[in-house]
Amino acid sequence: MDWLQQLINGISLGSIYALIALGYTMVYGIIKLINFAHGDVFMLGAFIGFFAITRWEMGFLPALIIAMVLCSMIGVIIERVAYKRLRNATRIAALTTAIGVSFLIEYTMIFFRGATPEAYPQVLPNKNINILGANISSQTILILIVTIILMILLQFIVHKTKIGKAMRAVSHDADAARLMGINVDNTISATFAIGSALAGAAGVIFGSYYTRIDPLMGVLPGLKAFIAAVLGGIGSIPGAMVGGFILGIVETIVSAVGYSLWRDAAAFVILILILILKPAGIFGKNIREKV
Amino acid sequence: MLQVNNIDVFYGNIHALKNVSLEVNEGEIVTLIGANGAGKSTLLKTLSGLLKPKQGTILYNMQQIAGKPAQMIVKNGIVQVPEGRRVFANMTVEENLELGAFLRKDREGIKKDLQHVFELFPRLEERRKQLSGTLSGGEQQMLAMGRAIMAKPKLLLLDEPSMGLAPLIVQQIFEIIQTINKEGTTILLVEQNAHMALSIADRAYVIETGKIVLSGTAKELKESDQVRAAYLGGM
Repeated sequence: MDWLQQLINGISLGSIYALIALGYTMVYGIIKLINFAHGDVFMLGAFIGFFAITRWEMGFLPALIIAMVLCSMIGVIIERVAYKRLRNATRIAALTTAIGVSFLIEYTMIFFRGATPEAYPQVLPNKNINILGANISSQTILILIVTIILMILLQFIVHKTKIGKAMRAVSHDADAARLMGINVDNTISATFAIGSALAGAAGVIFGSYYTRIDPLMGVLPGLKAFIAAVLGGIGSIPGAMVGGFILGIVETIVSAVGYSLWRDAAAFVILILILILKPAGIFGKNIREKV
Repeated sequence: MLQVNNIDVFYGNIHALKNVSLEVNEGEIVTLIGANGAGKSTLLKTLSGLLKPKQGTILYNMQQIAGKPAQMIVKNGIVQVPEGRRVFANMTVEENLELGAFLRKDREGIKKDLQHVFELFPRLEERRKQLSGTLSGGEQQMLAMGRAIMAKPKLLLLDEPSMGLAPLIVQQIFEIIQTINKEGTTILLVEQNAHMALSIADRAYVIETGKIVLSGTAKELKESDQVRAAYLGGM
């Protein structure tokens, strides 16, 4: 049952993409900005988790929570310092700034600790479990469980809480939301906080799964997550989840059939195809520009 | 209740309101009529805190509110039903109404007002779980008004509630505006449909290219030759 094993590997890789993609899609939904610094928040999350585990000798869960809290603060700071003043600027100005913030984070990190990779300590039990003839590591399953809990939590926040409703209102029509008495600036900050917390969580999960982290580790997963968000329909939360899973599974299949060198190319081929065939993505709506 | 004194508002480089003054007393229905682009919506946006006047004062219960953040103004009881309804199409009717009460904390009061909104607009109760984007224009207008009522307004700003609606629906909407007014909410109504607006208003102002050109009781304006020629089609 080799395919089942590959499928589960694909789903767990996809769940990491999905966690990162959620931040992209939420931020895009609310301020129409592709936050290219998002992958670097993911990297910072991985390092925060690393320090929490090695220096402060924490377990996986406390490290995950610390990384989420600190990353959400970092996300809010990035928004307040770099993006807030560009709210009425052209989109390309904000996009360029996002790329600048991305480089700033990457090379500040390299400046302080060098570019050498770090080996993530083993924090999750690693036993192989036999399910229907497939050998699945307990890590994979734990990661999947944590990711799914985080996604359910996100759905709850977005649909049932006041701040979630405010987020949806602002993303639909910011001025109308203001007329309801919603504080748009705080709502945007909350969006960055939640998205960055998920990226931080993804960083810790990625580190403990792939065991190698370095200051530029956020670049490729960040781009992949961006592809996942576009694939699902940027701005759509379920879209980001589905897009992440699809991308993870496709990459794993490409590797499994023997073309592992082509897996990154496969992701970008998906991006190109989706932009040609269905630019709005799987869950995206064709939105007419309002006059 | 509301005193707008000599405000000037700019939209980028466009001088949209020029030295505009107007007054709304508690309990009144005041209407502001004018053609497209005269500055009606600009005035309401300024009152709601979405735009900031360059000059002049806006006093609400003797307190300066010009340039205050929008949420402060809503909290103080000035609530707007914006032009084109602007309902949150991706949310249900019920969620839209809940968002209207965003700043309120009195759960009991909110529940009561929700019931009241459903009494005023029974259609909304039938469709409470429906996405508001699927409602008809008239229903969306009702939802936008219900949503504003959920904020417990003392002064309700209505921006062209009749826009794009069938005459029968317009009739209904205007009856409800009068009901809301009788229940104690003061109303500032912006309209292109001068005939309807003057028929329910106590007082009226006429705005042309950013300036108030006429004001008086609704009755006076209805009989004024200038208004008749320009807005009532010589009726």
